[in-house]
Amino acid sequence: MFLKKIAVAGAFVGFMGSAAHAANCGPDGQSIRILASDFPAIHAVAGLAEENCASSASEFSRNHTTEARQIMNAALTPNPAEYTSVIVANATLTQLMNDGLVRPLNDLVKKYGENIPPNLQIKIGDDVMAVAFMANSQHLFSRKDILEQVGIDTIPSTYGEVVAAAKAIREAGIMEYPIVMNVKTGWNVAESFNLAFMAHGGQFFKPGTAEPTVNSPEGVAALETLKSLVEYAHPDHLTQASNETQGLWEAGKAALGIMWGSRGAPIIDDEGSSEEITSNTVLSAAPSVEPGGVPGATLWWDGFTIATNVSDEEAEAAFAALASALTPEMVAANNDDAVWLLEGFNPGPAAAGVTATVQGGAKPYPMIPQIGIMHGVLGNELTDFLKGGESAEQALADAEAAYITAAKEAGFLK
Amino acid sequence: MKHRTFFWFILPTLSAMILFIALPIVSVFVQSLFVEHEQVLIVSESCGPFGCTESTAVDTEATARLNEEAPLGRFNGLGTYFNRSHLAFAEIGEAWAASDSLGEFWNKVYNLPFYNALTFTLTYTFLVTPLVLVLGMAVAVGVNNLPRIFKGPAIFVSLLPFLVTPLVGSLILFWMVDGDGVIGATIQRVFGDPTLSLKASTPLMWFMLMVYGVWHTLPFSFITFYAGLQTVPEDTMEAAQIDGATKWQRMIHVVVPHLMPLVTFVTLMMIMDNLRVFEPIVSFSAEAHARSLSWIIFNDLRESGNPLYGSAGATSLLTIFLVVILMSPVLVRTWRDFTRKSH
Repeated sequence: MFLKKIAVAGAFVGFMGSAAHAANCGPDGQSIRILASDFPAIHAVAGLAEENCASSASEFSRNHTTEARQIMNAALTPNPAEYTSVIVANATLTQLMNDGLVRPLNDLVKKYGENIPPNLQIKIGDDVMAVAFMANSQHLFSRKDILEQVGIDTIPSTYGEVVAAAKAIREAGIMEYPIVMNVKTGWNVAESFNLAFMAHGGQFFKPGTAEPTVNSPEGVAALETLKSLVEYAHPDHLTQASNETQGLWEAGKAALGIMWGSRGAPIIDDEGSSEEITSNTVLSAAPSVEPGGVPGATLWWDGFTIATNVSDEEAEAAFAALASALTPEMVAANNDDAVWLLEGFNPGPAAAGVTATVQGGAKPYPMIPQIGIMHGVLGNELTDFLKGGESAEQALADAEAAYITAAKEAGFLK
Repeated sequence: MKHRTFFWFILPTLSAMILFIALPIVSVFVQSLFVEHEQVLIVSESCGPFGCTESTAVDTEATARLNEEAPLGRFNGLGTYFNRSHLAFAEIGEAWAASDSLGEFWNKVYNLPFYNALTFTLTYTFLVTPLVLVLGMAVAVGVNNLPRIFKGPAIFVSLLPFLVTPLVGSLILFWMVDGDGVIGATIQRVFGDPTLSLKASTPLMWFMLMVYGVWHTLPFSFITFYAGLQTVPEDTMEAAQIDGATKWQRMIHVVVPHLMPLVTFVTLMMIMDNLRVFEPIVSFSAEAHARSLSWIIFNDLRESGNPLYGSAGATSLLTIFLVVILMSPVLVRTWRDFTRKSH
């Protein structure tokens, strides 16, 4: 439904934005400098922008780094900023907006946005602050051959079913640790908590304030859910993040996984794993608490922003270049690299998990200024519970206390 | 040397030290006294591909105005030093009042981030430092007694751990102790327990970090002592031999006293080095089990959206304070030696 809507909206604008005429690159002779994360879909977008507009620009540079999040604030603070444009996600947009480092794009969208339907314009109040082009979320990966061996014919859809399936697999002696999850101490374990917390209907903050509400019945329930899952994960799970879990999956050492949708394509492609594993890997919606409940996932988008501290001409050229890359042809050429939100996307098996999760009504990762602090303290405090040394209530109380201390220092709480 | 000459002689060093050591510390101290301005939040609706939600955003204009008026932020005095992330006096008082036993009290204190990190850092320092001293001395003596042709290769091999970048060295060890790695798999086989994991247990993780610490810093103490051994006076050694001292007695009564200034030097360096233990914690992904003072500073600064400069500054100064306390016995001793010699 969701993707169909986008496809329809996209098909309509597609007539106007067809690639028959040359890309509109805005003012000539400007310097365009892009900072972005390092994965194939982002390369595709930024690469096409460069191909289209490098000739009319005086300079076109791209910096793709996994550390983009760590350097973006520092890089955009000076005037003129180090980069004219940063490719961000939900959480990183807030991080830049907190310091006022990205500019409203309303005028630019009007001028160059023929490929940008309204639902891809990330609006805060009345200002368009970013343009999204792809989606990502966590969801369930299952090995249907192994589930069949223990007599389970349907893919699990709730946490209870996932745990029951894991138990059956262990008892059948097929795998001691059938579940993989990204619960590495720090950002990842906090994100895994967020998934379960969202599924249980938790609220991070009292609405409209920065007061924490994670130490709640939903928080405790989320931690219990997490614990019931990691019972069946390898004892080293607190050191495992996406690369490790993908590795375990491709090595055939797991049968149920909660991993990022962006790992779907690399897992089911024909590299790094065997035919037996890839052909039996099924991507489905993130599990929920009750059947048909909210999937335990946070929806993410990736999109581009334009820096505040650059000249208006540079901003315009950077926007025009990136907007020129959001074409159906680009999507067609890179169809399986991402779950594109753009026209021309043909959801393949690698996108099935994210699509189902979105359709199931999962919530987006909260775009709240102080969420970064909360995410950080959860990552530090929750492992005490998962290791088994502390009660869920105590771990959440510690997280709230640490959050309050940090939020006071950052000025979010009095 | 005349005082005047001495002054001109030392001036370049002194000015460099003030510029690069003293001033930054003062600056860090000043920053640690401030916290950020209150963030002016505005409630707004945010919309995107997944629908609209009510959310808040920072009013950057209002915040910028506040920052212009007072760029350092709000003055907080020593508040940051006493808050829960640091010395946590209020929490400790509460824990003391609410605990029935010393064990329960300690558990509550250990749950506080600063004391948790302090415990690991001090344990690490006090175990690794003496081990490195003793083992370094042993290796140095061993290599020194080798036949001449083996000495070169032996020194080279002993120095190798020092040549490996800490981050890389610890990452290699991390992979080796993995359940699929050579050490991890061997240990599982030896104990006949396929679920045994070095990474999942706090004591084993501490043990591994310390083994790594010893392995990595041993070459430093070895090479220092080895150089010292070349200066042991032959006459005294021969005299001791003629007096009938055994090898062990010569070692304890001649070699070690001769090397004492070096022992002091290595101890000082080791204490400073070990107190800032950091890289292995990151490479081993050991954060769930062990956090050090340096790690908390890193953690405060890493959150690039809201780096907590004040908090990081406070932890840094507390660490400096701790270094001074720990080194004071050695420093006092050096000072005594110095005054004794100069009279």
